[in-house]
Amino acid sequence: MIRIERRLTQPRWLAVAVPLGSLVVAFGVMALVLLVTRHAPGHTFSRLIDTGFGSKAALNETFISATPLLFTGLCAAVAFRMQLFNIGGEGQLYAGAIVGAAAGIVVGNHTGWLSVPAMIVAGAAGGAALALVPATLRAFFSTNEIITSLMLNYVAALVINYLIFDSESYWRDTSSPTAKVFPQGKNLPDAASWPVTHTVGLYLPFGLLFGVVLAAGIWLLYSRTRFGFEVQVIGDSPRAATYAGMRTRRKILAVMAISGAIAGIGGASQDGDFRHTLDPRGLTAAGYGYAGIVIAALARYNPFAVCLIAFVLGGLQNAGFALQGVDFPSGLVGVMQGVILFCVLGGEMLTRYRVRLSRATRASEAAA
Amino acid sequence: MAAAVELRDITKRFPGVVANDGVHFEAAEGEVHALLGENGAGKSTLSNILTGLYRPDGGEILLWGKPVSFASPRDALEAGIGMVHQHFRLVPPFTVAENVILGDHRGEGKKFMVHPRRIERRVAELGERYRIAVDPRARIWQLSIGEQQRVEILKALYREARILILDEPTAVLTPQEAESLFETLRVMAEEGRTIIFISHKLHEVKAVSDRVTVLRDGRTIDTVSTADATPRSLAALMVGREVSLATRVERAMELGEPVLEVRSLWAHGDRGGDALRGIDLTLRAGEILAIAGVAGNGQRELAETITGMRPATRGEVVLGGRRLRGGDARAAIQAGVAHVPEDRLHTGVAPSLSISSNVVLKSYRGGSVTRGPMLRLRAIRKHAVDLIHRYDVRGGGPELPARQLSGGNLQKVVLAREFEGSPRVLVVASPTRGLDVAAIETVHRYLRQAAEGYVGVLLISEDLDEILALADRVAVMYEGAIVGERDAHTATAEELGLLMAGASA
Repeated sequence: MIRIERRLTQPRWLAVAVPLGSLVVAFGVMALVLLVTRHAPGHTFSRLIDTGFGSKAALNETFISATPLLFTGLCAAVAFRMQLFNIGGEGQLYAGAIVGAAAGIVVGNHTGWLSVPAMIVAGAAGGAALALVPATLRAFFSTNEIITSLMLNYVAALVINYLIFDSESYWRDTSSPTAKVFPQGKNLPDAASWPVTHTVGLYLPFGLLFGVVLAAGIWLLYSRTRFGFEVQVIGDSPRAATYAGMRTRRKILAVMAISGAIAGIGGASQDGDFRHTLDPRGLTAAGYGYAGIVIAALARYNPFAVCLIAFVLGGLQNAGFALQGVDFPSGLVGVMQGVILFCVLGGEMLTRYRVRLSRATRASEAAA
Repeated sequence: MAAAVELRDITKRFPGVVANDGVHFEAAEGEVHALLGENGAGKSTLSNILTGLYRPDGGEILLWGKPVSFASPRDALEAGIGMVHQHFRLVPPFTVAENVILGDHRGEGKKFMVHPRRIERRVAELGERYRIAVDPRARIWQLSIGEQQRVEILKALYREARILILDEPTAVLTPQEAESLFETLRVMAEEGRTIIFISHKLHEVKAVSDRVTVLRDGRTIDTVSTADATPRSLAALMVGREVSLATRVERAMELGEPVLEVRSLWAHGDRGGDALRGIDLTLRAGEILAIAGVAGNGQRELAETITGMRPATRGEVVLGGRRLRGGDARAAIQAGVAHVPEDRLHTGVAPSLSISSNVVLKSYRGGSVTRGPMLRLRAIRKHAVDLIHRYDVRGGGPELPARQLSGGNLQKVVLAREFEGSPRVLVVASPTRGLDVAAIETVHRYLRQAAEGYVGVLLISEDLDEILALADRVAVMYEGAIVGERDAHTATAEELGLLMAGASA
């Protein structure tokens, strides 16, 4: 008989062995899928690795894909740590992109040097403001934040589309007749382009570096400060927090605001690092916010692990774009990405539970 | 005559522990057989094996001389084994009759269409015969805890259980209710049923059972005839050494000034409604004032309101002459109110966090463990190591998650933290529930020490033995009000029991 039981303790080696084992299984399953669809697994895998991580050019592309995922992953991880399920990273990213773009246009045209910090602050403020809506409802009316934050994603998507496609807003380019027919956002002034760090043939976007620093800051905040201590206690047992005299409501507001602010900076980074305009179509098609939830879960809410996993998923996404073509349908790319996620999440279960054959039980336990 | 139940050499292992290690047990027809042991002695594991919830790793189960093997609880039910759990398995919005047939796969319960009348009649009959009458049409949520327990027993009788297991059935009853339960059990035994009565209360075992089997560390220590045993001899078997049973130790000291005054305090319960209806109390420095009462009469709400976890709707709490801000636990902590809550695992500590984190659960806001907004992790760890040593916390170091401590050691961590805050008032709720005899001794010693240090101790407990052993005064709570107050030196369990049942003083 096969039984699944909860592990009382989690040995350290499992934390390394299980993810590696999961990847091996994932590649095994993908090989089967590829064989069935008459593609050469070896060739496909080597292309996958090459186009994701194999060259400097591939890495540069991966950095670009990983940057927004890093922000949305941190956004989700920060809130999940306190058992606040902020599903609104997507909308908070749009809000950050909207406010960040406005700041870039205003400040970039006047005091150029201020535009990067101004965009970061504005993006953070936009994301935080949107996140405070579900936070307030949760803190004062016990409304489920999963639903409210999720619904606000649709609101934010409609707003960002409205600003460019359905109105003559401040963000919309109305300078030429073509732009009136084919709506698009105003180009940000050059001063509002975020700097790129160039070393050993690698181009590191400013947003990526900022995100890594942010991850370190979050780690410090959560593991070394009184604030982080309260977050840990509230996340583990809200009753114990009340008992210890902690102000749970304030903490809900603060953590959701931080979470939203991080996604908002991700949105501003999209404007400043890559798109140089408010780009509703590109942002709403990408689904960065939802990918961030998966990343946070895979990283077990650890900010450093979020960095790593955002990088890996960014690479896979790139490789996906590179692989698809006439001989390789895009659906198959999706299948491969899905298989990897499925195996890694499934493997996660093995670190918390163990599967045993009950025949083997007696012998192994008698020895123990 | 073959025994109704016989367990031979039952072994059950869990990762890291052997819960039952070659246990022998047998109970005859028509017998009330007590199963006695400390927490963790293996009583619950054994009853779970007998009711088919666990499968033993080794050993045999015989019913009326025939070996049986249960693949699931349903097999055990069909073999005639019924169980009354400590936490009832009832569906609150359903009626008594509906609960009785729930999950019953014979007779009425199996039919697609249910005939409530027939079931109701049968339930009423059973209730009358065994003196546990409950209105079959009442909904469970309308019933008192004592009545709910009757429904559980009726459920077992309806299914014609020949063997009935009761897990600590008196924990939720007044002494009078317990006495009437014992009568019911005796009637059932006279009819030839076998009653297995799990308990760690010695005087109950003495009062109700014919024989006692004592378990310790997963092993059968002995089976003795109750008539030949004394509470002292049973306690020695249970613990493995001579113990001093909770006996009164007088503290020769003058009481100090009033430290805590509660004035006509009202508060809502979790589901609305008034849980507290005008409580008045005065507690003096160095005094142990006990609040007695059957669980669910507002004791938890009283502790929470005094300690600021729950806002008062009317009235006030005055500490050392100063009025406490209602519903503000931080203000109460800072004014010197320490609290050992009833639910120590989910309220008293953050269970997944380390012992280190939990010892600074209330003191992380300032003092020697912080520097500005930062925590001094090394100082916190040192503090935890110090407390672990001084309060003799066993089971792991400062990094161990609190949930992995045993009940007694967890309680030591909570007590250590609360005492370290040099409180003026200590509110303790059911401080020894679920602890073994040795841990109970320790907790009682700490509470006496606190009182000797002129802390005012408010002891909320359902255990009258504990109250009579520790307290100076006893106030009895019933339906959110204090219905009587007695000097603990002269009060008797009978007298308090009547008050707990709501009989006016």
